[in-house]
Amino acid sequence: MFDHADAVLLARIQFAFTVSFHFLFPAFSIGLASYLAVLNGLWLAGYGQVYRVLFDYWKKIFALVFAMGVVSGIVMSYQFGTNWSVFSDKAGPVIGAPMAYEVLSAFFLEAGFLGIMLFGRERVGNALHMVATAVVAVGTLLSAFWILSVNSWMHTPAGFTIDAVTGQFLPTNFWESIFNPSFPYRLAHTVTAAYLTTAFIVGGVGAWHLLRRTAGDNPGARRMFSMAMWMAAFVAPIQVFIGDLHGLNTMEHQPQKVMAMEGHYESHPEGWAPLYLFGIPNDAEQRLDYAFGIPGASSLILGHSLSAPLAGLDTIPDDEQPPVAIVFWSFRIMVGLGLLMVAVGIWSLFARWRGTLYTSRPLHRFAVAMGPSGLVAVLAGWVTTEVGRQPYTIWGLLRTADSAAPLDASAVGASLIAFVVVYFIVFGAGTFYVLRLMAKAPFTGGPDDWETRAPIRTAGIAPGPAQGTPTEHGPKIEEETR
Amino acid sequence: MNVDLTVVWAFLIAFAVFAYVVLDGFDLGLGMLFAVAPERRDRDVMMNSVAPVWDGNETWLVLGGGGLFAAFPLAYALVLPALYAPIIAMLLALIFRGVAFEFRWRTERWRGVWDFAFISGSAMASFAQGVALGALLQGIEVDMTARSYAGGWFDWLTPFSIVTGIAVMAGYCLLGATWLVMKTEGDLQDRMRRLAWPFGLATLGFIGIVSLWTPFLQDGYYNRWFTGWGLALAVGVGAAVLLVAWGMFTSLTVHRHEYRPFLQAIALFALCFVGLGIAMWPYVVPVEVTIWDAAAPEKSQVFMLIGAVVLIPLILGYTAYAYWIFRGKIDPDAGYH
Repeated sequence: MFDHADAVLLARIQFAFTVSFHFLFPAFSIGLASYLAVLNGLWLAGYGQVYRVLFDYWKKIFALVFAMGVVSGIVMSYQFGTNWSVFSDKAGPVIGAPMAYEVLSAFFLEAGFLGIMLFGRERVGNALHMVATAVVAVGTLLSAFWILSVNSWMHTPAGFTIDAVTGQFLPTNFWESIFNPSFPYRLAHTVTAAYLTTAFIVGGVGAWHLLRRTAGDNPGARRMFSMAMWMAAFVAPIQVFIGDLHGLNTMEHQPQKVMAMEGHYESHPEGWAPLYLFGIPNDAEQRLDYAFGIPGASSLILGHSLSAPLAGLDTIPDDEQPPVAIVFWSFRIMVGLGLLMVAVGIWSLFARWRGTLYTSRPLHRFAVAMGPSGLVAVLAGWVTTEVGRQPYTIWGLLRTADSAAPLDASAVGASLIAFVVVYFIVFGAGTFYVLRLMAKAPFTGGPDDWETRAPIRTAGIAPGPAQGTPTEHGPKIEEETR
Repeated sequence: MNVDLTVVWAFLIAFAVFAYVVLDGFDLGLGMLFAVAPERRDRDVMMNSVAPVWDGNETWLVLGGGGLFAAFPLAYALVLPALYAPIIAMLLALIFRGVAFEFRWRTERWRGVWDFAFISGSAMASFAQGVALGALLQGIEVDMTARSYAGGWFDWLTPFSIVTGIAVMAGYCLLGATWLVMKTEGDLQDRMRRLAWPFGLATLGFIGIVSLWTPFLQDGYYNRWFTGWGLALAVGVGAAVLLVAWGMFTSLTVHRHEYRPFLQAIALFALCFVGLGIAMWPYVVPVEVTIWDAAAPEKSQVFMLIGAVVLIPLILGYTAYAYWIFRGKIDPDAGYH
């Protein structure tokens, strides 16, 4: 009834679906974990009660996001075996070890100290609680380190030989396979993306509450908006720079991916390759329809000279070309959002200089609209790099079609439907709860609210005087459930 | 080197799986026991007794899977497709129950729904794990020239695997009930003390059934259990099971101990694990693939062992510390929610 190609396609859809959902959670929680550590640290260092309020505010959101990240991540760790067993058998000797290191060095660390961070302040005191918060943040970064190492290895494999009999990849040098050629760029690009994702969510929430209040008198909202805008102003331009380096690295190791990103079906042996701003990729005719571009700009960016020759997809056999349209468009979404992030940052600097950071409603509206931009950009970037790797799972060495388990299409199809249904129910509800927490302003309550947030025990570090007094008595969105 | 690293890794992964079974076992059991504790306050207390640690418990499952992938990639590639349906069912169930830990505090109207998700997710995950165990034990059809699973998509579904599925549910409920005897007070504790009895008896009964059934699944098992040293070991493990069970029931009722029944329930699981190990050794996919057939190259084993030797004791250390921090009876009003 079904053939292997159907099963592989369904397995690919399943993997893309589950990993896309999963990726959103760490993209947010990596940045949020560091943000929480900063907030807790600033509060402990005596910079004001507002940081403690923000810590407690974002802690609840973090717990929800983290829980969703954990359960969707467990799915990923088993899907390698269920749906991609040939890949697992062949690549396991090389990438199994870094994945095991991820569990041993990162997952346990996060999971072990998360409980202390969420529930333990009163039991361990502020100092140890700070340690736990910092450890959770470090754990999320270590996790990113290992998983991106594995992912990068699939793009730029190194440090292995291939067993002639079993077809397994055998390690020759783990140092080389972990620090493979694209890893430093991918790690920097992705972690920075996670920080920006969090910054724009935090900034969007802050701006939302500033918009809802007259004159922006909510100290919590002001502080988070301000912190997020500093991040946007400084980190978004850095990200553009890192992204450019990452692109040049991809050009070196996976040129056809870059050709697809840029829409270069044709070669430009004389240089003057245009930077296409718009066009509709046409794989069948191998050309970019309705192309509109800046002459020479692509040669300048990728070759650092207007006359730098650039090869196009016409130099690549058809069966080794990635699907151009998806890569072309997802790349434009990512870059477009990245440039808008830079624009927000510049605007915020201007507003800060003018003294209108907390009053500029157009800026706040823009920031709210940009709230989810990091999540979208992260997904678009992931699609660019992963679809750009096709038709290979391990670049140049193992094809996707040869990686899948000996699957029955009906089995994969059934599990795919189950995943889709469950994910939309569970993560739909989770998103709703996260948004509801975000809709509630920090400092909602009266004096009562204030007292319950006061530190129980300060472990020798006296909290500083409250900078922002809870002046606002906005309507509670919903009573806490307990 | 005189040490056989493959054997070391087999023990390490067995340990990870055991740690998972015991740790997530009690919190999955606790999830199922939600069904017999309809009171809101009891449920809050029950959930708060594991809320700070369940995430760490579940991580052992990732280590078990990830460790198998890393140390025995062939076994991972053979077993997971063979157990496709139970594993997918387990993953989906774990999603529901995992998010219930956070979601049930975030809504008044839908709390019942997430409580139900917690109960059914815990039950389904436990059952699926038991089925997976049974399916592995009864053997998996493989094509060694293609290095791939060669059986059908419902090979895992047999009377034996159904029995092991229910057995694991009963055992997890026992762990959950004895955990709650340790962590709670008053009426809830009394109820759990009473419930530990039927779950204990059921667990014991299933241990007997599975132990007697297993040798007849494959000749290898039969010979292992009923000849020579195997017989002596089998008798020894069986006697130990009865002894521990006796101790557990008396400490539950006669001595009314608070923490001992939980430790004795764990000991019961440990003995079952030893029994399983004796039956399966040296196969990782009974009775087709030995641990040496499936082992990753020595270079991978060494590289991972360096990390494991340093990190596993560290993990055990801070895990114990986390349990220590949240020791004692649960304050019904605690929690960050």
